[in-house]
Amino acid sequence: MTANVIVSGSLRNRLALILTGGAALLAVVLFVAVRVLATQVAQQGQDNILNASMSSVLDTAVIRDGRVTLDFPYSSLSMLNTQADDRVFYAIYEDGTLLSGYDWLVVPRNVAPESTAFENTTFNGDQLRIATGARVLIGSDGPRNVFVSIAQTQDALSSTLHAISRNVALLGLGFFLMSSALAIWAASTTSRQMHRLTTSVTRRGPQDLSPVTKPVPSEMAPLVASLNTFMSRLDHTLTQSEDFIAEAAHRIRTPLATVRSHAEATLQRVDREDNRKSLQAMVRAIDESSRAAGQLLDHAMVTFRAENLEMPRVDLTELLQELVVSMTPVAEMKDITFTMKLDSSATLHGDPILLQNAMRNLIDNAVKYAPSETGVCVEISKSPTLSVSVYDDGQGFAPDEIETLSGRFVRGKNMGNKVGSGLGLTIAQEVAVVHGGKMTLSNRPEGGACVTLFF
Amino acid sequence: MRYIVLLIALFFPVFGFSQEWEDQQTFGSSDQAPLRILSSTDTSFFAPIIEDFIASYSNIAVEYVVTGTADIDRIFRATPEQFDVVISSAMDLQLKLTNDGFAVPVLDVEHPDWAQWGDSLFAFTSEPAAIVINRHALSDLPTPSSRQDLIELMRKHPHRFQGRVGTYDVRQSGLGYLFATQDARASETYWRLMEVMGRMDAQLYCCSGQMIDDLREGDLLLAYNVLGSYARNQAEISDELMVILPSDFPITMMRTVLVSANATNPEHAESFVRHLLALQTAADPLTFPLPPLSGFDDNIAQRTINLNPALMTYLDQMKRDAFISEWENAIVQDK
Repeated sequence: MTANVIVSGSLRNRLALILTGGAALLAVVLFVAVRVLATQVAQQGQDNILNASMSSVLDTAVIRDGRVTLDFPYSSLSMLNTQADDRVFYAIYEDGTLLSGYDWLVVPRNVAPESTAFENTTFNGDQLRIATGARVLIGSDGPRNVFVSIAQTQDALSSTLHAISRNVALLGLGFFLMSSALAIWAASTTSRQMHRLTTSVTRRGPQDLSPVTKPVPSEMAPLVASLNTFMSRLDHTLTQSEDFIAEAAHRIRTPLATVRSHAEATLQRVDREDNRKSLQAMVRAIDESSRAAGQLLDHAMVTFRAENLEMPRVDLTELLQELVVSMTPVAEMKDITFTMKLDSSATLHGDPILLQNAMRNLIDNAVKYAPSETGVCVEISKSPTLSVSVYDDGQGFAPDEIETLSGRFVRGKNMGNKVGSGLGLTIAQEVAVVHGGKMTLSNRPEGGACVTLFF
Repeated sequence: MRYIVLLIALFFPVFGFSQEWEDQQTFGSSDQAPLRILSSTDTSFFAPIIEDFIASYSNIAVEYVVTGTADIDRIFRATPEQFDVVISSAMDLQLKLTNDGFAVPVLDVEHPDWAQWGDSLFAFTSEPAAIVINRHALSDLPTPSSRQDLIELMRKHPHRFQGRVGTYDVRQSGLGYLFATQDARASETYWRLMEVMGRMDAQLYCCSGQMIDDLREGDLLLAYNVLGSYARNQAEISDELMVILPSDFPITMMRTVLVSANATNPEHAESFVRHLLALQTAADPLTFPLPPLSGFDDNIAQRTINLNPALMTYLDQMKRDAFISEWENAIVQDK
């Protein structure tokens, strides 16, 4: 059935993909955000210490004997001691002149007093962070600008960041894995609801058009509601047509019986051979019509009973024996002998009227199509499952018709001039299906048709 | 052109020898260039260490040159490619060399964290600065145990000490400058002591060795801030010397070693440092005659000068000028 459905993707996969993709994206965002934040915080920490160190140096600037001197304390540099033994450089300038420190350390000249400028630079391949501050000293000869820069390598910073990055990466990975598990679980839970509905619809018998009564999630309610409406409309239409057929068959059968009795009466009185023949043909046609009407009624009954099935225990053996006994007179007219291969204790839960109807159709068919002076065999087998086979010694089914013969109003080509409606096998099949079984048609290797009902 | 090259080749050794070393010795023989060690430590202390190193590695020769701590810094900064290993007692100069990128890291060394800096500079001895006294010359005077005792002693008996006290000339000696700055950082007593010593017409020395020699000779009665390790070594030989660790605040220095970033023989240099540190750990007096590192938790170690960037504070040109001028005012006085 799914072969006819155009499938485009999977809801579950799509849901899982969106959720895990979202989780991966969130994990990356988390990693980047924490990393950026950690970098800022760590850099802020280093900047604060550099600033404190720089300020403590700059604060000692005084003009002594007309010269700018800085007698900075031991703590100015000792506060820059780090776990990673970061290297420290500094430069002290008065305007453009280096007073002391490292001459390669270029000090920015546009630093406003009482503020600190931070910048990054590299020295011999090492990343340096530089803090620069300025102060104006008023000497006897006018203002003098003092600049102090303190630079530090970033080994401790980068090792801290490395540790943080590793931890955050682990956190992100854990977050992603948990979210993925959650996503897969959510996706499969959601699709399980769909699956449950599918199963409950698929498991139904072909005649079951009752509405779905199991609770479904609100998202699926419109779908199930339309499905229910659709099925009830279908059920209504089917019932109507079955009713119509049954009514029609019933209405036809009674007038047909009247017409037949008139035809028979007329046949008694008619002597001309050609008139008799046409009357006989008429009676025959009436028989056929009436039989067809009868079977249409049977069929309607099977459909009706199948919908309101009760399943008492039925003795199949007894049922078949009675049937054979009742059919024996008809068989004897064609010199057909019945053979019974019955198990004494074959019982099943089923509808006795339906079963009897199905069996009668099968035996009737066998008697009808079997050549004269042959045998018809009725056999019950219990293995592998309970089954009833009816077979004859006739010419069998045409192999190309075996698949289609059980359809409604389908009749075999080699039926000759036998009276039939084409509903017998249909009824038998429907009864088998209603009882949870099936019907198979086959030709026996030694010749003859065989119909088997499996229950 | 060829003649010029020849001339340069002829004169090059002359330039090489133009440097006057306190000592210069070659250990072992090898067909390769020797491992060049620039050191401030007397050869006698390092000979067992180098011999043990040579015995462990085949085909290694070691050239060991000795000069003062300030010279080491000056020479090595000028020609860093000439030396593979630098050993000095001036921790501040060594740390500045390392900070300025003259040292290369030696990784994965089992060494306490407080005794190394940036995986490049390794301390391997603990040596206190001591007061050394000539017992005979002191004779009846009480033995001083602290700087304060020393000041009072010299004030009470100026004639006994006149011209017979000695200390480092901080202008010449890197180690002397380190001791002086750390002293001054710890207490004002240092300046009073220097003033008193200045009044006693203190003799100034470049190195501990000469101070100890003059003490033994009796030329000096007392020397301040002498390397305790050298003095103890001499005190064992002659009973004239008495080594006193000031009870108020003994300053302990750690001798440090680094591998030159421009070493021509970096692998051997690294092997030597590893070997030296391993010998320090073993602390067998036969192969390691220097005082090994004392534990950081010990009382003495608490006054140990820390390897930390603050050591560069007094190397700042302005601070150095200010300190030297103050020191000169105190000790040189009317000279």
